[in-house]
Amino acid sequence: MTSTAAPSPASTAAPPEPPARRRWSPSRRMLPYLLVAPALCFELLVHLLPMLGGLYMSLLELTQFYLRDWLNAPLAGVANFSFALDFNSAVGVTLLRSFAVTAGFSVLTVGLSWLLGVFAATLLQRSFRGRAVLRTLFLVPYALPVYTAAMIWKFLLDQDDGMVNATLGGLGLTDGQTFWLLGDNAFLATVATATWRLWPFAFLVLMAGMQSIPHDVYESATVDGAGLWQQFRSITLPMLRPVNQVLVLVLFLWTFNDFNVPYILFDKSVPNAANLLSIHIYNNSFITWNFGLGSAMSTLLLLFLLVVTAGYLAFTSRRMKDA
Amino acid sequence: MIKRSLAAVSLIATLLAGTLTGCAGSAEDPNTITYWASNQGESAEQDMEILHDELAQFTAQTGIKVNVEVIGWSDLLNRILGAATSGVGPDVVNLGNTWAASLQATGAFVPFDDALMQRFGGRDRFLASSMSSTGMAGQVPTSLPLYGLSYGVFYNKKLFAEAGVAPPRTWDEFVAAAERLTDPARNRWGLTVAGASYTENSHFAFMFARWEGVDLITRNGPEFDSPGAVAAVQRYLDLMSTQKVVSPGDAEEGNTSSAAEDFTDGNAAMLIAQNSVIPTLQDNGMSEDAYGVVRLPAPDPLPPGGTPALSHVAGSNIAVFADSPKREQALKLVEFLTSKDIQASLNKKYGTLPVVTDAYDDPAFHTEEDAVFSDVLANYSEPAPMIPTEAHFETTVGSAMRDLFAEIATGRQVTTDDVRAALADAEQKMRGTGG
Repeated sequence: MTSTAAPSPASTAAPPEPPARRRWSPSRRMLPYLLVAPALCFELLVHLLPMLGGLYMSLLELTQFYLRDWLNAPLAGVANFSFALDFNSAVGVTLLRSFAVTAGFSVLTVGLSWLLGVFAATLLQRSFRGRAVLRTLFLVPYALPVYTAAMIWKFLLDQDDGMVNATLGGLGLTDGQTFWLLGDNAFLATVATATWRLWPFAFLVLMAGMQSIPHDVYESATVDGAGLWQQFRSITLPMLRPVNQVLVLVLFLWTFNDFNVPYILFDKSVPNAANLLSIHIYNNSFITWNFGLGSAMSTLLLLFLLVVTAGYLAFTSRRMKDA
Repeated sequence: MIKRSLAAVSLIATLLAGTLTGCAGSAEDPNTITYWASNQGESAEQDMEILHDELAQFTAQTGIKVNVEVIGWSDLLNRILGAATSGVGPDVVNLGNTWAASLQATGAFVPFDDALMQRFGGRDRFLASSMSSTGMAGQVPTSLPLYGLSYGVFYNKKLFAEAGVAPPRTWDEFVAAAERLTDPARNRWGLTVAGASYTENSHFAFMFARWEGVDLITRNGPEFDSPGAVAAVQRYLDLMSTQKVVSPGDAEEGNTSSAAEDFTDGNAAMLIAQNSVIPTLQDNGMSEDAYGVVRLPAPDPLPPGGTPALSHVAGSNIAVFADSPKREQALKLVEFLTSKDIQASLNKKYGTLPVVTDAYDDPAFHTEEDAVFSDVLANYSEPAPMIPTEAHFETTVGSAMRDLFAEIATGRQVTTDDVRAALADAEQKMRGTGG
């Protein structure tokens, strides 16, 4: 590459290579596996191994006494699990409450995000001036780093000098003294923040899905006298079903596992009403240093999500076949 | 083509070799050690500057280079746990002294037995109170005190003068002064607290329980719902609920520096905090002569059996990782940092207190302000429970108090029974996980 005086023989004389030197090429059957192999190896390394590690840890009595040599920590068997699931004890009750809070939080957040996403995507389906600007604007919350987004909400919701209270108080709707980040309101604050962050993703996916619906279907429907609502119900929604199937599942898994939003919103003092499972598990592992118990709770969470995912996919796929 | 690939391969190989040897170089160099410092000043940058100057002396004296990393308090414990678990970590580390017993239990640190202590001038050279917070009672400590802290009451001189109130000397005077200085209509409050900070809450539960003559951690484990403990927690909550000298908004304050803003803004006349808050006060534009400091006023007389614990023994410790292959060099650094001159100059720069008695020869620690804090640290401090599950004690009790503050702030009546129930629940949680 550096020599310019004499062209190198390799680049000038390029006679067709003799067939004997043909490179080895994988058979048709092997090719897909070979292509997937590197990704699979990394997947095993990055996801599956730590997961198995976590499973193993959940069977250990892993407190600070054994952390340093954790592979040799005494086996606890299922003690961690039975302890976490003992609903007569304070630990079991808080886990159960945290589970209920998380379920409510996920249902509300996914539902609201989806509704907002559908609404915005439908409105932006027709072309009009400023559509591109609106699309970009709607994606901003999703493009912001979650830390920034949650911090902004933390400032907005501050009781003393937050903008939410200033606005509500100024309009005379409340006394302007509401605590949004304390007590039961903390739940609403978490839902609002998570929804605000997540709905643009729903919007993005649904918008892409709607683009693929042929336009003439709508035209014929209009000719047949279908109104906007009817078109939405009988064309848009059924045609979006495959998109929705994946979207709702992904949104659910993300919200059910959400850690960042409550963690940033409440520092380390997460009120009970916003004590999502991930936070609960984190506190049980990293603040009380009982990593065995924390891992057991993580395992339970993993099992629950696996069951829900499998059930959901089985159910929705069957419905799709029926449809 | 071939030439090009060869060149690329060799380039990558050189790069890899460079990074690999680069790593190995610093790790095996016997004259370089790694030190994780806690964030003591206003920022990590400021800490780096301060430490850089001091450690340059160390390198000049011993020929040992020190790689310093300043780690924020919110990350430090997790980083230490990670290092203890993996065996890959620094040689020397700072820690919050309330973690001393928990980290002692991991066995990750070098024990400072009597023979080793001779290198540092013996146990008696250190403040007895600071030394009591270096590990479980009766066991060989695995960390040494480095920076000393204690609680005191900061008061706004101007507001006090305007109201004609003298700095309080007893609890009753304290409450009376706070009431005089409170005017909710003008958003003026007698006191500001970090009601959402479980660590702060638990410190007050600990001190006030000692006033009642009660230990929250006894030989039988946690006992949070004894009448004395309930009275102690209620004493703190009452400041917001019945005496109403604390703004309900403080139930949202997650740490001392955000609570301190109300003090520096003039919205609160008093602040109970450790001397580590001083840089924040100055950073917020409050000059040194605008505030005064007095000891936290205990009730006079104390409830029967009570002791005047006006602070827990607060501060930072220093420890050497047992896995470090450079123990000797690491110990030299500890020796250097606990030496008389360095203790004086470092603590002066950080606004903390020396933990060795000879460093108090320096007149800088005899200002009016420092005299209060050092007197409290040396004579009126008791160690926070030195148990392996100390952090669990802080979270269970402190979080219960945070939730009670939240209820008070949102207008609910919190009775003695509510406090007892919340503390009983906290105790069950602590006992539940092996506390």
